[in-house]
Amino acid sequence: MTYVDDFPGEARVVRTAFAVAFASIGLGGALGVLQALFRTGYSRSLFSAVDYYSVLTAHGVLMALVFTTFFIVGLFAWGVTRSLDTGFRDLRFTWGWLALMTLGTLLAFVSILGGIVGFIPTHAAVLYTFYAPLEASPTFYLGLALLVVGSWGAGVDYVLTLRDWRADNPDERIPLQTFMAVSTMLLWFVCTLGVAVEVVVFLLPWSLGLIPRVDPLLTRTLFWYFGHAVVYFWLLPAYFVWYTIFPKLSGGRLFSDPLARVVFVLFLVLSTPVGVHHQYGDPGLSQGLKFVQMTSTYFILLPSLLTAFTVVASMEHGARQRGGEGRFGWLRALPWENPSFSGIALAGLAFAASGFGGMVNAGLNVNALVHNTMWVPGHFHLTVGTAVALTFMAITYWLLPQLTGKRLRLRTLAAVQPYLWFVGMVFMSNAMHRIGLAGVPRRTSEPQYEQVIFNTPIASIGELHLQTVGGAFLLFASLLCFLAVVGSTWLGERGAKPLAVNGHIPSALSGPEHSPRVLDDFRVWVALTVLLLLIAYGPPLAAMVQNGLFAPGSAPIPA
Amino acid sequence: MEIHRLEKIWIAVSLVFIVGLVASIVYGVAGMGVGTVGDTGQQLDPNALEETRFADPGGHWASDDHYVVTVVARQFLFQPGSQEPVMVPANTTVTLYVTSPDVVHGFDVVGTHLNAMVIPGQVTKLTTEFDEPKSYGIVCHEYCGAGHQSMAGQLVVVPADELPRNESGAAGNTSGANATSESATASADASPAVAPPEVSA
Ligand code: HEM
Ligand SMILES: [Cu+2]
Ligand SMILES: [Cu+2]
Repeated sequence: MTYVDDFPGEARVVRTAFAVAFASIGLGGALGVLQALFRTGYSRSLFSAVDYYSVLTAHGVLMALVFTTFFIVGLFAWGVTRSLDTGFRDLRFTWGWLALMTLGTLLAFVSILGGIVGFIPTHAAVLYTFYAPLEASPTFYLGLALLVVGSWGAGVDYVLTLRDWRADNPDERIPLQTFMAVSTMLLWFVCTLGVAVEVVVFLLPWSLGLIPRVDPLLTRTLFWYFGHAVVYFWLLPAYFVWYTIFPKLSGGRLFSDPLARVVFVLFLVLSTPVGVHHQYGDPGLSQGLKFVQMTSTYFILLPSLLTAFTVVASMEHGARQRGGEGRFGWLRALPWENPSFSGIALAGLAFAASGFGGMVNAGLNVNALVHNTMWVPGHFHLTVGTAVALTFMAITYWLLPQLTGKRLRLRTLAAVQPYLWFVGMVFMSNAMHRIGLAGVPRRTSEPQYEQVIFNTPIASIGELHLQTVGGAFLLFASLLCFLAVVGSTWLGERGAKPLAVNGHIPSALSGPEHSPRVLDDFRVWVALTVLLLLIAYGPPLAAMVQNGLFAPGSAPIPA
Repeated sequence: MEIHRLEKIWIAVSLVFIVGLVASIVYGVAGMGVGTVGDTGQQLDPNALEETRFADPGGHWASDDHYVVTVVARQFLFQPGSQEPVMVPANTTVTLYVTSPDVVHGFDVVGTHLNAMVIPGQVTKLTTEFDEPKSYGIVCHEYCGAGHQSMAGQLVVVPADELPRNESGAAGNTSGANATSESATASADASPAVAPPEVSA
């Protein structure tokens, strides 16, 4: 039986969440191309240098906050109900949180649109990081708050479903997919607390005029308390796919279930006390604090390095099951024509490459070479923009038939799509990295100055601009392929032939039964997480609020 | 819980690698003295810069071999920097203090490791030494509003003897290329050695 027949109600929820995600990435991608054209000077006729920032806000919000979050809550809704083999308690609650998220998204989006369209009386050109004292309309903050609160509802839904399952199966180990979904959502609860306080306690009342001032450093620190952990909220669902589905797509089985659990627990515990690595250049935070959080940042490399091992090992195992031989010859035995497989493999490759850039970013002092330059978007278009986004697109080719009961259409287009994305991103990201090394700032509509010369070691800025734009067009073409495949599959008829895919997931080579049961006890891990957080963030936050919650304070400056 | 032998080796190598990364940064900070912006312990009211060392931004000799420049980054100018360059002496310890009266800005001296944020209410302190006379671009690399793309400036390194000192050698102000004796006296009483008023401890 396919998922849609077993859980028709849940399948509809997942499809709806995916629909919002895909609309966001489609629109966001179009804006991305416009940004690339504008920055490089190829085309500046569609909007002004000032409107650029509303466009960029929309791109950041649609991609980093909306596309990711909607896809993730949908993916986990599938993973939890499939692996526990039980539906949600009450679908009205489920629809409730999804509706809240959607409402928040619309509110935030329309608020941003108001910055460009005259008849909407809002403004929100504050970018997706909305640093005070630049101020957006209250509806923007309210929209983001609803999006986050709605996603909390998703977490609650998964946890309750797990609780019910636990009551019926007191002695069983939590199925791996549910384990991963729940640990990721726990991480999400812990880290969104920072941004929720920032928005609900400070920015929203401040934008409404209820409090006159906020402390820019404090609100910014609260943002980054959330801002790094959020990247693991994006990444872990990709890991969920890499660990639990990718081995099957390779033709084999997961290497080690217990180690997968250890990896997710490490992420939960370590991912929040690192946010200050985004604030190395900030005054008002001591170098000691920055050093401590740098150290934890480097240690959080460990679970990713473990993941690299498992993914490659599972892939090799699969290839050998398919008859692959030789030291590297097994690579040829893999199903490179299957877009679900190739997309994830390429996503993994992009992630490995971005890891090196990440080590540069994370270095307390080396960071000064690249901080806030174009290097940084170059970096995260490889991570969230490829490792995560391409994984999500790839697994859609596998999931969508199970969510709709329809066979995938336009298979050739689907087969080339991941390669197109990868090549486009190699061009765009490589050029961005190199432009950044020359010192060109990010988030700037016209980064050309009379007083400043940017020196590139190899290739002129002009050539790099051409690469950026060329890459952006390839990416957009890839996106159109993706949307065409999804659209025609979705709208197509449900045929008589059985699906080519099924949701059965083979058990791991070494199963969970030999791992300590404490791994499954989330209370222990949450307690440890909170303890580390208090150590990492307690002293600096205490120092910041010592002279008053709102001092030194800034009044709103509308943007 | 069983862990594959190869996986154990991988974990060990990973840990060594991570410790190596941390060690290389420690070496950079402690051995080579390349750190980053820290906490000056100074906070100020962004709405009242006129009561601080930023009242009359610009450069001055703090002692014989230490030159201090205060810079105000505001929408959408560096003062000094944009309308006249920041002038600093070569082969001398230079300390830059930067703050903002309005929104968050960036302060990146392109081609150097001087790259930091400027946050209202906080004082960004950067210390460095330039080897030779040369001119650098300064870019605001944090989005700061509608004119952000135009916010840039210059930092010019000149031979130390080209920047005037007054007799005491302790104060004096050159806000830009054509420093006048008038601006030097204007800020002579605002001794740079005195910390700016703090909002609180
Ligand atoms: C068609 C594909 C894409 C293109 C052409 C594109 C292009 C760009 C460009 C040129 C910028 C830099 C703008 C600037 O700093 O001035 C940017 C920023 C950004 N992009 Fe993309 N992008 C694409 C896809 C994605 C995806 C898939 C994601 C994430 C899932 C993403 C997330 C972001 C974020 C978070 C920013 C930073 C926004 C900010 O600085 O506030 N992009 N993009
Ligand atoms: Cu980070
Ligand atoms: Cu700026």
